[in-house]
Parts: sequence; C-alpha cells; structure tokens
Amino acid sequence: MARFIEHTITILPVLLEGLGVTLRLTLISALIGTVLGLLAALARISRNPLLTVPASAYVTVFRGTPLLLQLLFIYNALPQLGLLLPAFPSAVVAFSLNAGAYIAEIFRAAIQSIDRGQMEAARSLGMSYGLAMRRVILPQTYRRLLPPMVNELAALTKDTSLASSISILELMKYSTQFISRTALVWQTFVWTAVLYLVVTVALTTLASWLEKKMEARG
Amino acid sequence: MGEPIVVIEGLKKSFGKVEVLRGIDLTIHKGEVVVVIGPSGSGKSTLLRCINFLEKPTAGRVLFRGEEVGQRQVAGRLVPLPEKVLDAQRARMGMVFQRFNLFPHMTALENVIEAPIQVRKMPRAEAEELGLRLLRRVGLGDKAGQYPNFLSGGQQQRVAIARALAMEPDVMLFDEPTSALDPELVGEVLQVMQDLANEGMTMVVVTHEMGFAREVGDRVLFMDGGLIVEEGSPEQIFGEPRHPRTREFLSKVLH
Repeated sequence: MARFIEHTITILPVLLEGLGVTLRLTLISALIGTVLGLLAALARISRNPLLTVPASAYVTVFRGTPLLLQLLFIYNALPQLGLLLPAFPSAVVAFSLNAGAYIAEIFRAAIQSIDRGQMEAARSLGMSYGLAMRRVILPQTYRRLLPPMVNELAALTKDTSLASSISILELMKYSTQFISRTALVWQTFVWTAVLYLVVTVALTTLASWLEKKMEARG
Repeated sequence: MGEPIVVIEGLKKSFGKVEVLRGIDLTIHKGEVVVVIGPSGSGKSTLLRCINFLEKPTAGRVLFRGEEVGQRQVAGRLVPLPEKVLDAQRARMGMVFQRFNLFPHMTALENVIEAPIQVRKMPRAEAEELGLRLLRRVGLGDKAGQYPNFLSGGQQQRVAIARALAMEPDVMLFDEPTSALDPELVGEVLQVMQDLANEGMTMVVVTHEMGFAREVGDRVLFMDGGLIVEEGSPEQIFGEPRHPRTREFLSKVLH
C-alpha cells in the first residue's frame, strides 16, 4: 500500500501535465468544431446545391472514415502534397474537422426539430431567412443542443488520445512514456484512466443534469 | 369601394401532381373583409398562403399594391424576386396562423416588438410603446411579460394578432385563426378580429366560423376543389346560395 501511494505521488504530477495538454487540445478543437459544425449544418439545410453538396460530402467523409486515419493523413500525407503542419496544429485541424462533422449533425437535427411554423411566422413578418434563423430558430435550439454537445465534448476528450500517435505530449503520450521509463505499467494506466474518467464523467453528468433541468422546464 | 390592395389573377398551385388551386381570380379592396369558407382540402389555406408567398404559385400572379409578390413573369416564365423585395412585401402583410406560431423563447411583448425592431429598425423604446398599446388593444396589457406557454390558446392568438399588427400591415391574412382553440376561447379572438374589421382593416379570413362570416364579412367566398365556386354578400351566400355545392356545404355546417 505504501508503495502504491509512493508510485501515485510520482505518477500523478506527470500525468496532470499531460492532462493539461489534452484539455487544451479538446477545448480548441471543440470551439473550432462548433463553428464548423454550425456552418456545415446551415449549409446542409439550405436549398442551394452549391452549399448542400460540399457540406454533405464533408460530413460523410469525416464521419465515415477513422479519426486516426484523418489525423495521420493531415500530419503525414499533407506535407507530401505541399502542406506542412507541425504536430499540434495538425491534431487541432484533424479533431476540429472530425468534431465539426458530428456537431453539424447535432445542429441540423436540432434546427429541423423546430416547428416549421416558427420560420413561417418569422418570414411572414418580413424577416429575412438569416435574421429568422438567428433570432427565432437558433435560440430555440440551444436547450436541445446542450446535452448532445456536452456528450460530443466527452467523446472528443477521449479521442484526443490518438494525438499520441503523432508524438504530441498529451495525457496518453505522457502515460506511455512514463511507463517505458519506470515500468509501472498497471499503476500508470489506472491513473491515466482515472484522469480521463474524471473529465468524461463530469461532462456526462453535466449533460444528464442539463437534460433533466430542461425537461423540467418543459 | 376602396382601391385594390390584393389582386389575384389566374392563380394555380400544385403540390406534385395534385392541383390544389385551379385558377383563382380575386380582387381585395382596401377596408374590405373577405371571408373564405369551404370544406377542408378545398384550397382555401393554400390560397391565403400564396398571397404572401409562403406557398409559391405554380401559375398566375398575385399583385400586392400593384406589385407582383415573390416572383415575376418574364417572357412567360416565373422568375423569383430578390429576397429583399419579398421580405419588404411580406412586412406589409400581416399573417395569423391556426397554430399561433408565437416565438416561445420571447415574452408576449418581445414577440410583438421583434419585427418592428429588427425589420423596421424602430428604436426599442418606441417599439415597446407600440407593443404595449397593441397588447392593450387585444386586451392583454397585463400579459406583456408573460411567455407564450403560460398563456391560453385564445390569449396566444391575440398576441399573434398584435404581433402582426405591429408591422402596420396593409392587409391581414387569417388562416383558420380559431380552429385550434377550445370552444370557450373562440369568442375572444373573434371579438378582436371584429374590432379590427370595424376599424377599417383590410382582412382575408379563412375560417369555419359561419357566424363570423355572416356578421363581419363584407364578401364571402365559397371554395371547393381549388376553385371559387360562388361569391357574394353574406346575406346572399347564407340566405340564398345559388350553387348546389354551396348549399350542400352550408347545410352540413349550419346544423
């Protein structure tokens, strides 16, 4: 027991440093992914094929291929095509694009769940499509959006562990490096899992709490 | 008779292969209350929705204050107007829906002042003054801060009428405004509509309320199968309907 505590004291500070990078990667990607997702959703539900076709292609490609492949493609293949990105930006691009594709579907479902009469009422008052979307439709989606968005954030937190494969020093990479230095395999993995769990459980708890709160408000 | 506000010529509308409007000609004059009656599926709501281009006519045209609404005939083809032009046209036509369609995330007052502020660029203080005046006019001065979910159907519909009036429309379109209401709430909405008619508002009302049609309508249209089968004064339509289908319809709904 004493040794376990001793190991924990040496393991945790190292892992916490990695967790910081993981959280930074998650938050930046989530932010960009949300903007991308909103734009892609609006493009997909528009009636202009110049918007719907590229948006659908984007969502299909990024939801239909492995995230690891996307990450490796951006980091390893794009340089051969003339676009060289350092590891961290590569990861941000990959995670943002991937999250954006999922978030686009979240936004689209939320927007399409709003009664058609809302758009008609807004348009009948002389509001433009954009104004109606911004002032009438989107504000009504926030409540429906929050729970799936928080879940998406939890998924993204775990997915960023793939960044270790392009040698970004985030939680997973810190963990495996620490193991190769110290051979404390199970102790390190357990604490790594605990740290991921703290984040994801906090987020999913938040999501279900939000969901309940919103149901209560009707 | 006042000047024509809405002129409809040879209006047709199909959904896929189903032709819902099969050639409508109609002129609505300033200050006139036109009530449209007819069995469900006769095309009366579609006719109303074609006036402000919520439905896009397949053929023919709708003129609002002399201007084609939503699309224009160019060399025999219908070409959409710029969105801005359509928005400006719609801003001057109020519409009241069967299901109210109030914005649930806004209070009654916010519902009323949203379009004046955002579309007419009215200063907020002025819009609020207008909004409160309109809410009082529909008997809801004390409900300004209330969200739609906390209002009865009749109250919601009256807010919706105030919301449409806030744009100071040249014509008000009512699409079965009392059909979704509990019977005891119908009266309060019809009363507001009657007041509006008495004040000289130009109105097109699609309704199943025959009492309203008779009392308030200047002209009653009976539609069936996508056509105006018969039109006339309420006295004529209800007193001595000429067309057998009008007679058949009225005998069903008046008993």
